[in-house]
Amino acid sequence: MKGHPFPIYGLLGEFLTPEQILNAATKAREAGYKHISAYTPFPVEGLAHAIGFPRTSVPLLTLIGGLGGGLSGFGLQYWCSAITYPLNIGGRPLNSWPAFIPVTFELTILGAALFAVIGMLALNKLPQPYHPVFNVERFSRATTDRFFLCIESRDAKFHLAETARFLQSVQAHHVHEVSNAE
Amino acid sequence: MSTTQPPGDFPELRRLDPVLGPGHTYASVTDKIAAVVLTRPPSTGWIVGFAVSFSVVMLLFVSLAWLIIKGVGIWGINIPIGWGFAIVNFVWWIGIGHAGTLISAILFLLNQKWRTSINRFAEAMTLFAVACAGIFPLIHTGRPWMAYYMMPYPSTMGIWPQFRSPLIWDVFAVSTYATVSLLFWFVGLLPDLATLRDRAKNRTQQVIYGILSMGWRGSAHHWHRYQSAYLLLAGLATPLVLSVHTVVSFDFAIAIVPGWHTTIFPPYFVAGAIYSGFAMVLTLAIPLRKVYGLEDFITMRHLDNMAKVMLATGLIVAYGYAVEFFMAFYSGNKFDVFLAQQRLHGPYAHFYFALILCNILTPQLLWFEKVRRNIALLFVMSLVVNVGMWLERFVIVVISLTRDFMPSAWGRYSATFWDYSTFFGTIGLFVMLIFLFVRVLPAISIAEMRELVAEQSQSDEERS
Repeated sequence: MKGHPFPIYGLLGEFLTPEQILNAATKAREAGYKHISAYTPFPVEGLAHAIGFPRTSVPLLTLIGGLGGGLSGFGLQYWCSAITYPLNIGGRPLNSWPAFIPVTFELTILGAALFAVIGMLALNKLPQPYHPVFNVERFSRATTDRFFLCIESRDAKFHLAETARFLQSVQAHHVHEVSNAE
Repeated sequence: MSTTQPPGDFPELRRLDPVLGPGHTYASVTDKIAAVVLTRPPSTGWIVGFAVSFSVVMLLFVSLAWLIIKGVGIWGINIPIGWGFAIVNFVWWIGIGHAGTLISAILFLLNQKWRTSINRFAEAMTLFAVACAGIFPLIHTGRPWMAYYMMPYPSTMGIWPQFRSPLIWDVFAVSTYATVSLLFWFVGLLPDLATLRDRAKNRTQQVIYGILSMGWRGSAHHWHRYQSAYLLLAGLATPLVLSVHTVVSFDFAIAIVPGWHTTIFPPYFVAGAIYSGFAMVLTLAIPLRKVYGLEDFITMRHLDNMAKVMLATGLIVAYGYAVEFFMAFYSGNKFDVFLAQQRLHGPYAHFYFALILCNILTPQLLWFEKVRRNIALLFVMSLVVNVGMWLERFVIVVISLTRDFMPSAWGRYSATFWDYSTFFGTIGLFVMLIFLFVRVLPAISIAEMRELVAEQSQSDEERS
């Protein structure tokens, strides 16, 4: 890996409790860091807000998926039953919309659920088998019992020694260097 | 919990069993649940259980092969009984498949913390039950290789499915349900798969869990979107789970056959589905917590709550039976009145009385706290309800079809060996999948258990 613009991806502070990382994330924002991310073994309330990520477009995507599913579901049935394959059964109406509701409903749910899950994965850029933070051996505990705050080197305020000192000042249990090289 | 004293013998304290045993940390819950998958060698009991259920799956394969070779004539179905075991089993399995999504979605929306340790395997149970259910309508078509006819696709024949038919609604409802349940299950599993990836000791496990976890790293950004998606899925799955058995009940209620053509069917089918689903969750949870020592996670509180849900839904089902009878006589329709009498005095009356015994009378014991806390008795009760719910579908399908409008069209139905072998074969498939599941995936959501630990430690601090 030669010529990587930043040989170091960032600095990773390791914390023991959700309260500690929440405090550290808030302080990091206050100190003026912009490119920070946090890694926790379970969702910590308020953490996304603390690192400056207030909204997600997953609900909007879900709405689009649901509307798309419902409309295409009803459209499909209307097109099949009234246009391309009309069956005259005792003169009953071809567009018998009450009978089309169950399938419309099911396809609304299907579209919304598919968009919610695929949208969530896509916005999270998953699947993503490699990420620099995986280079830190201790990071494997991020899925068990440790909370990590990463200040990335692309941040304008990033300075190896000073940022490390900052992380220690907010009670990081350990500070790890995250290298960009595999 | 307002006290940390041992419960003693005070019933009001015993009712406050925790949803998580005391003294657990993030690491200890992770270790305990992940160890079942990663490090514990399979026990003799597991191997024997797996081998037995696997051999029953072989019976299923033989039955299916023979069915495909010979056709549905190997079953006991004939005119007037065109439905028979295939539909009875389909409805039974799909009903069992309702508790998983109910526990995951509805209890999640209602913020019921006790769902945490049972939702994962209840969802797995849902998927496996839906898989078993899906087999039956497929093979009941007689030519399962033509099943794609049910899907709307531009065929050269220029024909399209009849969207006014409840059987087509069923195709969409069940396949949507299977897909959404799978998505819900997978999204819930994602953080736990990452945990397994990070804790796996050997290369094979690391690669497999690595691929499945999609590189999940617990980033706060990810969690934020994840929680949003999970909440939305729960909101979507809630009306879905109610709609699925409603649509299944339409298979009956839209028809004009006496005993089927009633408006009570949708709510009473949904209640019955939840009833049998919770019974099956208990049937699985009681041995699981015992064998893998998960008593701290699946506590008496869970068993007690599930027993109460069973009692409540059982009463709704009982109400459904009562309304069926009342409406038959109140309507004055002579075919409906006759069918009600046939249930009590006809050739299949013993099925009906067994059904009342299993589904209505026995579960009344659950009013007593002593019974709900007697694990062995609760286990037996859950089996009784499973049998009862199967009998319910048998009564609905068979009695109505054997006694419809004209005496010249009446008939009798008895199942053949192949009916039974296919049915027991799917039970074997279900059990085998459960055996596999507890060995390869965490049977309890680890990430959610860690949240419980965090909440517990927070409330401990507030108290001290």
